[in-house]
Amino acid sequence: MSELNGNSKSKLHGLWALTNRELKKWYKAPVIFLLSIIQPILWMGLLGKAMNISALIPTNIPGISPETVLKGTLGTSDYFSFMAVGMISFTALFTTMFSGMSVVWDRRLGFLNKALSTPVSRAVIIFSKVLSATLRSMFQAGLIIVIAVAFGLQFGVNFTPLNILGVFAIMFLVCVGLSSIFIAITIRSTRIETPMAVVNLINLPLMFASNAFFPTKFMPDWLQTIAKVNPLTYTTDAVRQLLIFSTDWTQLALDFTYVGIFAVVAATIGIVLSWRYLSK
Amino acid sequence: MSEGVIKAEGLTKVFNKHLTAVDHVGFSVKQGEIFGFLGPNGAGKTTTINMLITILKPTEGKASVLDFDIAKQDDEVRNVIGVVPQEYTADEDLTGLENVLLCADLYGIQRSIAKERATDLLKLVELTDFRDKKVQTFSGGMRRRLELACGLINRPKVLFLDEPTLGLDVQTRTATWNYIRKLKKEYGMTLFMTTHYLEEADALCDRVAIIDHGKIVVIGAPQELKHSLGGDVITLGIREDDDVSELIRKVEHVKDAKRENGSYRIKAEYGEITAPFIIEALRKKGYTVTKLSLTEPTLNEVYLEYTGKSMRDAEESREAFAAQRMTMRRARQ
Repeated sequence: MSELNGNSKSKLHGLWALTNRELKKWYKAPVIFLLSIIQPILWMGLLGKAMNISALIPTNIPGISPETVLKGTLGTSDYFSFMAVGMISFTALFTTMFSGMSVVWDRRLGFLNKALSTPVSRAVIIFSKVLSATLRSMFQAGLIIVIAVAFGLQFGVNFTPLNILGVFAIMFLVCVGLSSIFIAITIRSTRIETPMAVVNLINLPLMFASNAFFPTKFMPDWLQTIAKVNPLTYTTDAVRQLLIFSTDWTQLALDFTYVGIFAVVAATIGIVLSWRYLSK
Repeated sequence: MSEGVIKAEGLTKVFNKHLTAVDHVGFSVKQGEIFGFLGPNGAGKTTTINMLITILKPTEGKASVLDFDIAKQDDEVRNVIGVVPQEYTADEDLTGLENVLLCADLYGIQRSIAKERATDLLKLVELTDFRDKKVQTFSGGMRRRLELACGLINRPKVLFLDEPTLGLDVQTRTATWNYIRKLKKEYGMTLFMTTHYLEEADALCDRVAIIDHGKIVVIGAPQELKHSLGGDVITLGIREDDDVSELIRKVEHVKDAKRENGSYRIKAEYGEITAPFIIEALRKKGYTVTKLSLTEPTLNEVYLEYTGKSMRDAEESREAFAAQRMTMRRARQ
């Protein structure tokens, strides 16, 4: 029967078609594409360059120089490098947040129902959203690295171009986890306002309760506790270990394990919840 | 295959444990016919169609499409049906052809076959010249036709159309009807559609089921349903002031005559033949007929008869809804 119809069915058929549909909205729209490039430049310029942290440290005390102070607190003597890496986590968070929004749009415009009436698997519908957000974030992470290098990012002593692949790997993991969560949150809502509110509520706290812009060891205890379970902390640390620190391999392995477990658990919960909801 | 391409028995959907959208609905759609669900907004049409196309699971009862159970064999059902939803689901940012190919991918159709079919289908719905234009630039009628092309990409044996002409102007609506008739004729396809347009059900459907508050009140061919009301309505006025309803009632084939606001509302079979006899009978008694009109019953009268209310009222809110949706679509861009 399906042979006659010209259907070559695998469990994953339609995954790339649906993912590419999302991606096309981005790379085929020059304005949106351009904005997604300008945004990290703006943020890095504002946070990394305008906030010249090293200028706050007095230089007239013997034995203290801005470099040593920063090295001791941030792990690198250059705040811009520290913060540029934080931008990568920031991008992951904000890009994946929109994967939830696009589910709401698909529902409101009827596309979701249409897809549900075809033999494409429910899991594929959800995973295409996850995958497109992940691919977008990975592209933007690459872009941020290029821009940051142009702005004067200082690589760590044992940096090799291979480390970039590690950055992509950790980005992949954290984005799969995050967008699964956002989709599970938004899939039930028919209004765009509800997920917007939820996402706005959790995004910035999640961002600042991590080591993305500020080292966790100077945070109050309660905040440190949150930062310690926050996957963004581990993501940011992994990227720092790979790009700007002299790599601590044990720490890096711990980061990857933590984010990996987060990705698997979040994706499982997210996809199971969404799947159940879609097959009601 | 047993009798009935689509069969439903006691099909029921209850939302949130107390809102019964579809209430023990049963029907059977024959091979090659256009079967319509007619009813106002909120009657349960879309919920029924959503159960048949396996988007919603029934709370109770069962249904099958080509003998595949909609709840247990949903993947098989999805393979043999085509769906043309109420909304314009085509992606605005993609071209006409890209949209049809996207649908093909959802069915897992090989690219080479998909391209061939897409070309044929776009020709069928006369969008060949627009295949490489973004859907943003399409008119409502073109979008509807594109949805039709998408719904046909898997060569379905049964096509489901949810409000196929919602929000379209009269001209475009008639054109869309022609495409639907063509499908039925050329492909021998079975079509299940919902509509709240009485004219549409009348012009297009072989049989209609009138649905109200989740229940089917009557099923039959439009002609048959209209005929079951007992014929045509003649409205007539005379110059004189006397009550002549008794006189009119005596004319052959007249079933009833009532005086309303100075004119007479007469129910009669074969109205076009009976009317001259009524005029003749009145003239013999010296009355002068000043005006006369003849209306054949429409499905609105059928609806009125079975549900006790007019369907026209429900229509307006629906139009407003469609307009709102278009506004939202623009807001997205």
